[in-house]
Amino acid sequence: MSLGRPLHTHGELKGVRHVRLLKLMTWEEASITTVPEAARCVSDGQGGWHTLESAPVVVSGLRDPRIVAPGDVVRVREGSSLISVIWRRGARANSLFATERCNSLCLMCSQPPREVADDWRVAEMLATLPLIDQDATHLGITGGEPTLLGPGLTDVLEASGRLLPQTQLHVLTNGRGFRDAGAAAEWIGAGGPRTTWAVPLYADGAELHDEVVGAPGAFDETLEGLVELATRGARVEIRVVLHRLTIPRLPQLAAFIYRRLPFVEHVALMGLEPMGFAKTNRDRLWIDPADYVDELRAAVFHLANRGLATSIYNIPLCVLPRALWPFARQSISEWKNAYDPACSGCVLREHCAGFFTSAGPAWKSRAIRQFSEEELSHEMA
Amino acid sequence: MLGATTAQDRGVRLRSVALSTRDPTWLLTNDEGDYALVTPAEHDAVRAGALEPGSTRFQDLAAKGLLPNLARSAGLARLDEAVRRTRKGFLLEGPSLHIFVVTLRCDHACHYCQVSRAHVDAQGFDMSLATAEAGVERLFESPSPSLTVEFQGGEPALRFDLIRHIVEAVERRNLVEERAISFSLVSTLHHLTADDLAFCRDHQIHISTSIDGPANLHDGQRPNPSRDGHRATLVGLARARAVVGHGGVVALATITKAALNRPREIVDTYRELGFHSIFLRPVSPYGFALRARRRIGYDVGAFLAFYDEALDYILELNRQGETLVEVYSAILLRHILTPFGSGYVDLRSPAGAGLGVLVYNYDGLVYPADEARMAAETGDRRFALGNVDQPLDILLSSPAMTWLATGSVAETLPGCRDCAFVPFCGADPVYHAAAQGDPVGDRATSEFCRKHLGLFHSLFRRIAEADAETMRTFLAWALQKPRNAISEPGYVER
Repeated sequence: MSLGRPLHTHGELKGVRHVRLLKLMTWEEASITTVPEAARCVSDGQGGWHTLESAPVVVSGLRDPRIVAPGDVVRVREGSSLISVIWRRGARANSLFATERCNSLCLMCSQPPREVADDWRVAEMLATLPLIDQDATHLGITGGEPTLLGPGLTDVLEASGRLLPQTQLHVLTNGRGFRDAGAAAEWIGAGGPRTTWAVPLYADGAELHDEVVGAPGAFDETLEGLVELATRGARVEIRVVLHRLTIPRLPQLAAFIYRRLPFVEHVALMGLEPMGFAKTNRDRLWIDPADYVDELRAAVFHLANRGLATSIYNIPLCVLPRALWPFARQSISEWKNAYDPACSGCVLREHCAGFFTSAGPAWKSRAIRQFSEEELSHEMA
Repeated sequence: MLGATTAQDRGVRLRSVALSTRDPTWLLTNDEGDYALVTPAEHDAVRAGALEPGSTRFQDLAAKGLLPNLARSAGLARLDEAVRRTRKGFLLEGPSLHIFVVTLRCDHACHYCQVSRAHVDAQGFDMSLATAEAGVERLFESPSPSLTVEFQGGEPALRFDLIRHIVEAVERRNLVEERAISFSLVSTLHHLTADDLAFCRDHQIHISTSIDGPANLHDGQRPNPSRDGHRATLVGLARARAVVGHGGVVALATITKAALNRPREIVDTYRELGFHSIFLRPVSPYGFALRARRRIGYDVGAFLAFYDEALDYILELNRQGETLVEVYSAILLRHILTPFGSGYVDLRSPAGAGLGVLVYNYDGLVYPADEARMAAETGDRRFALGNVDQPLDILLSSPAMTWLATGSVAETLPGCRDCAFVPFCGADPVYHAAAQGDPVGDRATSEFCRKHLGLFHSLFRRIAEADAETMRTFLAWALQKPRNAISEPGYVER
């Protein structure tokens, strides 16, 4: 059972031509909003919504009315009953989906790429940006590989700078495209200091990294991309997905990051998301997090001691030794976040990352358990 | 900090040395300051290009660039170059330490005095106002964004009026220059008045003093007219701390022959006085010290034995939760454990002499290092760069600079260029010129070299043992953090 609300529901749609992006809002908000008039979609107070045009779009009979709320941006299509939330007010994380295409093929990809012509997504992102709350603190751009959009990515970054100047951007990229100095200058210039480039690095050597990302030569291209990012003063995060292939060299990778990439602002060490290729490759990738605590701990303290901000994502607290709790984050988006039956009654639940909804029994650590108030206060003492 | 691409087929320059460890261990290093500790068999295999590809050791050394037969890929080569540029980044900054010898007069007659000194009542040993002002002109000619102005002597407190004048002139000038300025004062503390101390506080002048250990040791080698040097220093320390704050005064201990068997007592003196750092400095062979050698000097090996025992004791105290930093080890560890340099002007390559330090002597002559001034005081005039009235570029292209430059780049010097410790060490052309007559010098008979070899062996032996508590201390020192901020060492590179 998911912790948060899913991102899709169905309903009765009238008046939709082609594809429409709508900003849901109350009447009060509609009177003061700066959102383009055609996108304003107000609540009828009874679970339905409609635009303010002479031939309005009318949304009613939602299968799950809780999926949407004022402030959300939804996509509807002509001839479909699907209502998709593409930006949700108050969510832990919101991301724009840049493209399904990717030039890597990671063994654990949770969003397996497809070679499709989806350049239309640039236009959709550009249309979405004006509908996002201007006080949004963070916005992600993900894919696929966003840099495959080329100048389209530059356009999106520039538009976000104009429309959401207060919002921090977080772009997930394999960094390979940045080795082209001209393209790097464009993207980094457009992203400006509001943008953090989150680049995955899975090993301190080409052989292992290239195996994990399924692309020969990728390691060196990423390193050259990182050089371009650093040279231009871009803000860089390094992301490492933890699995059976990456764990053995994790401590050495931490040392490599400090010695060769000391400019990075943040290192995220991330538990596996059981989706997409990760499911297909489960037997090759799975290692119980309880069995890699030593490597994780060695890497975390190596980095943190040296002043590199370090986070652990997607690993529940009960699996981690107490020393690593300060580094663990509630990293999983609410709509795909869940807790185990064993978590009911656990006093740490409110602070814990929990699990991906997609994590079945084959992905369950043997260390999962609950903490009682008593045990916690006893251990604290 | 990152620069242009280098040739893709760049080979790795590997250096190695056998360490004095319990289990036979070789140290491998490269120009980027990476290191690895390997077995003799692994070392042979590395040298022969026969390490098994795909083995953990192979991957470790390949990632660090410690395999001489493995070319670095384009991306790695660019990152390597960035590390080298960062470590040598001080080169682009110009002289950052500017020492003013405001007077040579001093009421102490320390047996090892490096500086040569004049009697406290002597005439003609004070800096003129014109010289002081010319020195201020010179220091702002340095392009360095950060400048340290240090007052030395003699006993500089005897001319605190000059110190005031220079500090105020620097601050006035800095309103337009906008450099990061820091001031420091090297003093016995005996003569600093309440007004002087208030001035130090108001202008953030860091104070450094000499405390050689317990009273009988200190007074035995630092005689002053009233024969109460130690007591007067403690009085001065308390007075100074009351005004500039507890952390505003640091101290160093000069280790003489008489000190060699008293490492713990010396460390304990610092603890009792509430210091959180100690700088254990061997007597140096300059100036008066060279002549007094038989009385106070010793073989480097004896110093190293002393130092090792003191370091063990300091590490034990840290283990028990005390904060006590040995300043020189902290500098060496920063060179070893981080990809950055420390910019420490007395241990870098190219050497700090002239390129990092300028000394404005009381008589208007300019020297490339405090030690050069001391050598000059004994009659060797080759060390003077020129006069303080000459512009900086003239001083830095003087015959003395050209001469010293022949021994300034450690990576090119015989005995250094193949030394595994050279990425963490430095060149000291002034020492070698003064002690051996030639800036290049002969490492086989160099005390500078023997001392540093000993210190590096001592530190790497402990790194090889990787005791968690020792590594916590080492990391805290290298990273300049409180030890309790390092709750566990994490992965230790070995």
